[in-house]
Amino acid sequence: MKKSVFLGALTVAGIAATASAAATLDEVKARGKLNCGVTTGVPGFAEPDANGVWQGFDVAVCRAVAAAVLSDPTAVEFVPTTGKTRFTALASGEIDMLARNTTWTFSRDVDLKFEFTGVNYYDGQGFMVPKDLGVSSAKDLDGATVCIQTGTTTELNLADFFRSNNISYEPVPIETGAEAVQQYNAGACDVYTTDASALAAQRANFEDPSAHVIMPEIISKEPLGPLVRHGDNEWADIVRWTLNALITAEELGVTSVNLDEMAAGSNNPEINRLLGTEGDLGAMLGLDKEWGKRAVGVAGNYGEIFEKNIGESTPIGLARGLNAQWTDGGLIYSPPFR
Amino acid sequence: MSDAHAHSVAFVRETEIPPSPPPASQAGAIKWMRDNLFSGLFNSILTLLAIYFIYKLVAGAFPWFWNGVWDAESIRDCRDILAERGAETGACFAVLVDRWDHLMFGFKYPQTEYWRPTLAFVLLLFAAAPALFYKYVPRKFLLFTALYPFIAFWLIWGGSLWLPLAILVAIIATGFVFRMVEGLDVNIRSILAAIVGLVAGIGLAYLLYQGAKELWFISNSVGSGSILTMLASFLFKAASVFMFVFFIPMGIFVGYAIYNDAEGGGLVTVVTALFALYLFVAYLVDPVAGAINAIIPIELQAVPSRDMGGYMLNMILGVVCVSLSLPLGIVLALGRQSNMPLIKGVCVVFIEFIRGVPLITLLFVANVMLAYFMPPETNFDLILRVIIMITMFSSAYIAEVIRGGLAALPKGQYEAADSLGLNYTQATRLIILPQALKISIPGIVNIAVGLFKDTTLVSVISMFDIVGMIRGPIQQSTDWISIYWEVYLFASMVFFVVCYSISQYSQWLERQLRTDHH
Repeated sequence: MKKSVFLGALTVAGIAATASAAATLDEVKARGKLNCGVTTGVPGFAEPDANGVWQGFDVAVCRAVAAAVLSDPTAVEFVPTTGKTRFTALASGEIDMLARNTTWTFSRDVDLKFEFTGVNYYDGQGFMVPKDLGVSSAKDLDGATVCIQTGTTTELNLADFFRSNNISYEPVPIETGAEAVQQYNAGACDVYTTDASALAAQRANFEDPSAHVIMPEIISKEPLGPLVRHGDNEWADIVRWTLNALITAEELGVTSVNLDEMAAGSNNPEINRLLGTEGDLGAMLGLDKEWGKRAVGVAGNYGEIFEKNIGESTPIGLARGLNAQWTDGGLIYSPPFR
Repeated sequence: MSDAHAHSVAFVRETEIPPSPPPASQAGAIKWMRDNLFSGLFNSILTLLAIYFIYKLVAGAFPWFWNGVWDAESIRDCRDILAERGAETGACFAVLVDRWDHLMFGFKYPQTEYWRPTLAFVLLLFAAAPALFYKYVPRKFLLFTALYPFIAFWLIWGGSLWLPLAILVAIIATGFVFRMVEGLDVNIRSILAAIVGLVAGIGLAYLLYQGAKELWFISNSVGSGSILTMLASFLFKAASVFMFVFFIPMGIFVGYAIYNDAEGGGLVTVVTALFALYLFVAYLVDPVAGAINAIIPIELQAVPSRDMGGYMLNMILGVVCVSLSLPLGIVLALGRQSNMPLIKGVCVVFIEFIRGVPLITLLFVANVMLAYFMPPETNFDLILRVIIMITMFSSAYIAEVIRGGLAALPKGQYEAADSLGLNYTQATRLIILPQALKISIPGIVNIAVGLFKDTTLVSVISMFDIVGMIRGPIQQSTDWISIYWEVYLFASMVFFVVCYSISQYSQWLERQLRTDHH
C-alpha cells in the first residue's frame, strides 16, 4: 500500500516533468511511429508470433490507432511492459498509449492520473479447481490453498472475497501464468484464480481439460481497456474513438470484407459518417476523413478481431459472453458517431 | 668341483618369476568397488541408497527425454503426437526448434542478419584467446583484442562502419594528447594546468548547481502524502542543499588541486586527456563519421538496442560487464587502499553503497527512474543504462575481492618494492598486483560467473533476454502456452556450458600461475 502511494507520487512527479510535452498527436506524427505499451505476452491478447510480429486482441487496438493516425498499421513500436513497469512507462512519456489488459479502477484513473479511453474486454476474476476436489461453489473453498499472481488486482479481490464470506485460505504467490499452471497441475495449490478469460484459455490447453472446472462465481469486475496520460484530451479522443469505430463497425455490419463497398457510400448515414463519406468527423479529431475506414481496414471490426484472436475457433476459445454487442445481450456499446 | 656344484642343486632359476596377477578380490573393478563403494557397512548402505536414488531419477526422467517430440507446430500438436504414439510422458522439445531463433537472438533481431552476432561471437573467441592464454598466443594478437570491441559493436548494432572507426581514432588521439601533455615542459604545463583547472572547476561547480536545482525540483514534486513520501522529499531536499552549499567550494577545490599538481603532472595529464576525449566524442566523431559515410558509405542494417534479445543479450551484458568491471574493480580496490582521504572516501562510499543495494533495485532505477530525471525526449540507450548499472554492481564486488588479495600480501612485499626505489605505479604494476590478482582469481571468477547468471535479472525490467523470452513471448504464446520444463532446461543448459567453461579456465589458470611447485 505504501509502495503504491509512493509510486503514485513519483508518477505525479513524472507528469509535472513532462507536462510541457503536450500535443501527443504532433509528436507521433513527427516521429512517424506510435509507441504502444503492451504486455510481455498474454496468449491471444498480445504475443509475438514465430516471425517476431506482434499479434493479438490488444495489439489490434494499437494497430488501429496507428492506421487512423499514421495511415500505416505497421508504424507501431511495441514496448513490452510488465505489471510493475507499465504505469511508469506511460507516465514518463516513454509510450503514447497503453493497451495491456489493464483493469480500469478508480485509483488508476484518478490517483495515477490516467485516462481510460474505453473498454475492449469485460473480464472478471474466477476460480478453477480440479473436478475430483468435488467443490461446486467458491464458498466451499474454506481452508483451500490458492495460486495467485502477485502485484495484480486479483490478489486484492481474493482477499476481499474470502474476508466478506468469512472463510480462510492459504495464498501461494506466483509470478507468471505459466508458473501458476505448473504449480496448479503439480498439486501445489487446490485452486487457481485469475481473470476468467485467462482461466478458460489455460484450461483449454491442459492435457485433460475435462478434469478441471471453473467455478460459477465471478468475484470481481475487470473492465480492461486502453489508457493514455492525463493532460492531452485530443489524443485521448483519438484513442477512444478509434476503439469506438471498431465497435460501431461491428454494430453496423461493416466488415473487412464489405469495407470498400460500404466506403463507396451507403444508405445508412452513420456508416457514411464513420467511414468519412459524409460529414467531417475526422477533421474534428485533427485527422483526415478516412481515419475510421483505415482503422477498420486493419483487421476488420471488433467482432472480427475478437474471433480471429481469442474467439471460439482459436485455441484460446473464449465465448463472446459479456463482450457481445449490446444488441446481442452483451456490454459492448459505443456512443453514436454523430 | 665345479661340476659338483652344478649338480648339487636340482634347479637354479635364471630368470625372474613373472608376476602373478593379484587375487581376484584385490584387483580390477572388484577392488575398486570394495575400496570406493563398499568399504564398510555404513558406506555400503550409503552407496546402495545413492544407486537407488539415481535409478529412480533416471527411470523417471528418461522416458520423458526419450519420447521427446522434436517436430510439432504447437503444444497441442505435440500432445496429439505423444498420444498417437501411446507415450505416457514426453517432452515437447519442438518448442526449441520452433523458437530457436528467438531463444538465441530475441524476436526482433532481423532474421537475415543473424550471421552478424554469430560472427561476433566466433571472433570473441579469437579476441579473448590472447588475453586468456597469454603464454601460448603471440603478443601481437592483442592488437586484435583491442580492436574487437569496435568490430563487435559494428557487427551487432550495425549502422555505418565509420562511427566505431571514428571513436577508435578519437581514443587513439586522446592517447597522443596524454603523451604530449606528459612530455611538456614544466612551465608550459603549469599554464595548461591553470587553464584546465579553471575550466574543470567551473564546469564541476555548474554541474553540481544544476544537480542541486534538479534535486530540489524532484523533492517538491514527490509530494507529502505519507510518511514515506515526506521522507523521500526530505532526503532529496537535504541532498540538494548539500550540493548547493558545496558547489562553489568543490569547484574551487578541484580546480586548485589540478593547478597545484602541475609539477608532478599526473592529475593535469589525466584531466586534459579526458577533456580531449570528451571534446572529440561530443563534437567531432558524429559529423566526421557522417561526412565520410556520405562519401564512402559502408553500412550494415542498423539494429536498435531495443531489438536485442535472447541469449545474445545475456552474452553481450555478461562479456561487456565482466571486462569493464575488472579494471574498474582494480582501480576501486587500489583507491580504497589509498592514502589520499578524498580518493579513499569516494571509493569507500561507492563500494559500500553499491554493495548495500540489491542489483534488481539498480536495474529498476536504470529502467524506470532515470526516465524521470531526464528530459522526455532524451534517448539514453536502455542497454547502455543496464550495462552501467551491472558494471557498477560487479566492480564493487570485484574491488572487495581484490582488496582481500591486497591485504593478503605480506607487508614485506610493499617494503621490498619501496626499497628497490620503485614508485607507486611501478610497485603496483610489477610487485603488488601480479601477486594480489593471483590470490584473487577464485573470488573474481566466482563473481564473474555470478554476474553472468545475474544478467537474466533484466527480464524483470521487460528486456527479452533468454529468460525474458521464455517467461514472456514463449510461455504466453497461443502455440506454446504454459510450456515449462523444456524451455527452462534449455536455458540452464546454455548457462551451464558457459559457467562451467569459465570455472574450468580459472582452475587451469591457477595451475599455470602456481609458483610454489610442491
